[in-house]
Amino acid sequence: MSNSGRAITESITRTSESTPSPASAKPVQAVPSRHKRFGSIRVEYLSSLLSEAAVGKSSLVLRFVNNEFSENKEPTIGAAFLTQKCRLEDNKVIKFEIWDTAGQERFHSLAPMYYRNAQAAVVVYDVTKAASLDKAKSWVKELQRQANPNIVIALAGNKIDLVEPQEDSEVLSNIFREVPTEEAKAYALEAGLLFFETSAKKGEGVVNVFTEIAKKIPVEHIMSANRSGSRNILNQSSSRIDFQPDGLNGPIGRRTDGSACNC
Amino acid sequence: MDEEYDVIVLGTGLTECILSGLLSVEGKKVLHMDRNDYYGGESASLDLTRLYRKFRPEESKPDEYGRDRDWNVDLIPKFMMANGELVKILIHTDVTRYIEFKDISGSYVASGEKIYKVPASEQDALTSSLMGMFEKRRLKNFLEFLQKWNDEDPSTHQGIDLDKNNMSAVYDKFRLETGTREFVGHAMALYLDDSYLDLPARETYERIILYITSVTRFANLKSPYIYPMYGLGELPQGFARLSAIYGGTYMLNKQIDEIVYENGKVVGVRSENETAKAKQVIGDPSYFPTKVRKVGEVVRAICILTHPIPNTDSNMHSVQLIIPQNQAKRKHDIYVACVSSTHFVCAQNYYLAIVSTIVETDNPEAELQLGLKLLGPIKEKFVYKSDLQEPIEDGTEDGVYISRSYDATSHFESVCADVKDIYKRVTGKDLVLFNP
Repeated sequence: MSNSGRAITESITRTSESTPSPASAKPVQAVPSRHKRFGSIRVEYLSSLLSEAAVGKSSLVLRFVNNEFSENKEPTIGAAFLTQKCRLEDNKVIKFEIWDTAGQERFHSLAPMYYRNAQAAVVVYDVTKAASLDKAKSWVKELQRQANPNIVIALAGNKIDLVEPQEDSEVLSNIFREVPTEEAKAYALEAGLLFFETSAKKGEGVVNVFTEIAKKIPVEHIMSANRSGSRNILNQSSSRIDFQPDGLNGPIGRRTDGSACNC
Repeated sequence: MDEEYDVIVLGTGLTECILSGLLSVEGKKVLHMDRNDYYGGESASLDLTRLYRKFRPEESKPDEYGRDRDWNVDLIPKFMMANGELVKILIHTDVTRYIEFKDISGSYVASGEKIYKVPASEQDALTSSLMGMFEKRRLKNFLEFLQKWNDEDPSTHQGIDLDKNNMSAVYDKFRLETGTREFVGHAMALYLDDSYLDLPARETYERIILYITSVTRFANLKSPYIYPMYGLGELPQGFARLSAIYGGTYMLNKQIDEIVYENGKVVGVRSENETAKAKQVIGDPSYFPTKVRKVGEVVRAICILTHPIPNTDSNMHSVQLIIPQNQAKRKHDIYVACVSSTHFVCAQNYYLAIVSTIVETDNPEAELQLGLKLLGPIKEKFVYKSDLQEPIEDGTEDGVYISRSYDATSHFESVCADVKDIYKRVTGKDLVLFNP
């Protein structure tokens, strides 16, 4: 992937002129040109992963954005933003801008920058590792303390494919579920979170996480709280500095920008 | 952390984070640690709990200021020159995508009992009440001369050699009055004292051009400065994010117990019973107390206000205000930097002002008095003194590369010069920035 920031803008523009989406197989629909107005949600993407065990956070995002899954995914390098548009039942079109935490949470060193303006967070745990749910809970607590008070938090138990009966194999999996669905669900209810179980590998439940988040965020928040700083309704005399009009994207972004958009 | 890295970086100040980001992007394996549980070191922006913990550990933060998440209080008062090196580094690295910036709405200079807007262009100069009519013409001629200057074209030189003539001689040539020289040198070239007058005019020329090109760098700027939303602490975080995206490992709240050397060369860093190995270590002065020397002292007063700075134009949500040394009867200028809830650094209807200067006496707080007086009623004041430190050696012998303290200048030009200097010493090559 080597799109520059500008290329992303172009591909979004192209999409809104109704280029068919390469991932049209999934329920996320391409956006026809007449839908010029859309809100943008910044989703902070958090994982509960510990340093030695991946819970599949990046796989989940890749599944959502590219509809692909890679078996032995290397830890995320060079991927900063991923964007995906999503049309809801009421024709509301929402653009997700997903920030990857780039592993900074591993040693509990996630910068507060990630919380700023994030309207939603997905906290992922691995259903086969009980400890990962504990870590997830501590992230939820931190988000509820530090982030935007209206943030929508979704809890996603990933890797359910590992604990499902194998159809095409005689061999029994020796991986067991350590987090019962009911237990996690009860916690999510109590903490006011959306709850899902997903398989990034099989694509189960992934898009649902994002469409449900989109439904939960009040439309006026999406419109008024875009990342573009329009939260600044306090003082109209202040102008936001825009680096983009000149197409000023540095060579680093140009070289290995991790952004992807297949809307 | 018991691993081998290419570079270990200690402290998450802006200088360290920019270097960490640049080196990670180049494929170096970087371990970045900080003893604090927050990003930014001396260049952090603190929430109220951390601010009180730092300055008034015996007190808990008052409830009246509201939620922690609404406060990001800078520890050092700096703004970004809109056409300066930091903006170039941000564009080069695309870190502009993680941070939003806003303008600083005005730049003022004190003269006598009053404060005046700093003219930022020839047009401004013509309408400024800072000077009389004839002086305005002379200033306009002077600024036009600088902007038309072309090294290759002697007809633009008017008999002046920027590398030979000193700045006094250039001022003389344009017959500028003392007051005009004062604000050109201190409010446009942003010198902290008058020693520049006897030096070749080249650097002053470059600084004034930087000021003028900064004002016109983005649409609708009213000063040469821009500022990151959520405070200066976003800058180190942005570069740390860049580093992490390119594989950098981050550990906050990590006690650094020992820098490990073998035969006079650094080999690693120990924290409790773990040792990370690396042949190069970069860090801020606080991690190397025996390898730095003190070159000065600054005193700063962080003030919480409930009103904008008095006597500025209405709607001034943020300003820089300079009291030139002569006005203050001092050797160094006093600076005031004010930001507000518009920049998401404090709760609504509050303002944050930092008054600062270089320490000249045994009673540093008193040296800030002239600046504090200009703020009107002060709701809360945190005064602190910091040493300005620099490394004794350049790292070629021991592999330890130490940054300089954040100085008393009002912008990041010296920080960027330090970044480039360390980058060259660490990598052996110049940092070449993408220049659109």
